[in-house]
Amino acid sequence: MNEGAPDPGLYDHHPYRGRPTIEWPGGKSVAVWVVPNLEYYEIDPPIHPKRKPWPHPAPSVVNFAHRDHSNRVSHWRMAEVMSKHGFPGSVSLSVALCQHHPEVVADANERGWEFFSHGIYNTRYSYDMTEAQERAIIEDSIATVEDATGQRIRGWLAPALTHTPRTLDLIAEYGLDYTCDLYHDDQVQEVEVAKGKLASIPYSLEVNDHYGFFVYNMSGREYADTLVRQYERLATEGKKSGTVMCIPLHAYLIGQPHRIGPFEEALEHIAKDGRAWIARAGEIVDAWREQVA
Amino acid sequence: MSILPDSYTQYPKRGEGYDHDLYPWSNMHQRAPVHWPHDKSVAVWLCVSLEWFPIVPDGPFKAPGHMVTPYPDYRHYTARDYGNRVGVWRMLDSFEQAGVKASFATNAAIAERYPELIEAIQTGGHEIIAHSTDMNGTIDATLGEAAERALIGDAMARIERATGTRPKGWLSIARQQSFQTLDILKDEGLTYCCDWVNDELPYRFTNGLIDLPLNHELSDRQIITVQQKGADSWGESMRDAFDWLSAEAAREGSGRMLPIHLTPYIMGLPYRIGALECLLADLASRNEAWFARGEDIVGEWEKQIEGA
Repeated sequence: MNEGAPDPGLYDHHPYRGRPTIEWPGGKSVAVWVVPNLEYYEIDPPIHPKRKPWPHPAPSVVNFAHRDHSNRVSHWRMAEVMSKHGFPGSVSLSVALCQHHPEVVADANERGWEFFSHGIYNTRYSYDMTEAQERAIIEDSIATVEDATGQRIRGWLAPALTHTPRTLDLIAEYGLDYTCDLYHDDQVQEVEVAKGKLASIPYSLEVNDHYGFFVYNMSGREYADTLVRQYERLATEGKKSGTVMCIPLHAYLIGQPHRIGPFEEALEHIAKDGRAWIARAGEIVDAWREQVA
Repeated sequence: MSILPDSYTQYPKRGEGYDHDLYPWSNMHQRAPVHWPHDKSVAVWLCVSLEWFPIVPDGPFKAPGHMVTPYPDYRHYTARDYGNRVGVWRMLDSFEQAGVKASFATNAAIAERYPELIEAIQTGGHEIIAHSTDMNGTIDATLGEAAERALIGDAMARIERATGTRPKGWLSIARQQSFQTLDILKDEGLTYCCDWVNDELPYRFTNGLIDLPLNHELSDRQIITVQQKGADSWGESMRDAFDWLSAEAAREGSGRMLPIHLTPYIMGLPYRIGALECLLADLASRNEAWFARGEDIVGEWEKQIEGA
């Protein structure tokens, strides 16, 4: 990026109208990918000068325990619903989960899910990291995921969405293919990086379950309806040029007993509709890259 | 630009299990199954918070629902006390009408100030859970261990004196604890606490205390006060939760639990109580529902899972 400049120079302006046609496999109009965030939040992490990890002095019981619900209860509930309706996950992974709860990571791997890095912990923020520190978390991510799953990570969602001005250049230099951190589009887009190539895949933060339940205060049914509306519009527009819809999830939110039923109905709607290419992040980025290269 | 110390990217507790020793990891879906009495599959646990807010806030942090305006905040003092004078009586009638028993998480100040209410709760066959001294009795790591021991000891002694019974369960205000709380609760002879919302069945902490998770997401405070939904939307979410849990219980062959956390000044209002009564009537008619108090659920779980 252009550090310090008013426009960070992340990408070219590229208006939605009149774009080249992107075609998804099988003549589908919208690529749908589901992102379970499999995370570990530390109970008493070191404090970053720019962001507090928890609203209370440790232990922030409700906040820690709420997130822990994912790793004891709701991961399996969410994953079963996804598998039942044919949705693989593209996992945003706190890579230290490979050490803390390998059972969760193994379950996702056995389901054929793809992994990308979401940092070491979601309680360690990247702001102000030196280049050496930032390289260390990227190298750690690559090695840890490869060791735990046999997969080489291809993407990045910054831990707790915290960045440095060099993050995108660095992940491209390490050969990663996509970032999930830019929210400027409903199609895959090219990112300006110093070396190599990097794609931005839409992560649809506005329909993230955290936004649905804690920013927009939706009920489980209202959130499910939101997903269907988002899907319907993108499926219609994607006839001109393939669109992307992401469903970013946290098991401790979507896997609560009052929300998972309506969510399953939304997945069923999308799976049965016929216009969705249900895919993993890497497949979507590859299909796009072949058409724009 | 500040420079982060090297320790910021070092992870001394990165290893198998948690980065704390409070309880071991376990996956609910792989545990030995639990079967509730009378072949019921979903334990419905009604838990009502009885809260007295001193008009002068104090304590390590301000409890949810505490005073808002400059002193004297008549508006919030009285609107909260409405729950203790009117709302809770309405709820007691609703429970009686539906034929169900509940747990009442009770401040010591409530037990001392409102003996008629305590008598009605006890006569109705409901359970009293300890819920600190009053709504200034919050706990966090800044309180200090000695003060925390004194606070919890005081609450337990006063509740026991006023009700004639020593509670088995504890609910912290806002479910907030320090790293010492679990040990202090154990030392006070408590069997269980309700604060850790990381599970949907009871489990045991390392020190032997039991957690009976009182899901904060399924509370009237979260859905109505924080998320600003109407009472019918709350009822719909409770039904969706029950439907999911009963189906999951059948599929996995193990009992499940639906905690419903109620606040008299929220759900006990005239225009909302109907939604509660409608939900209770509906759930009471379901074959899968076992309405149980916290201590009943904990006792059944101990008996079956641990052979206690």
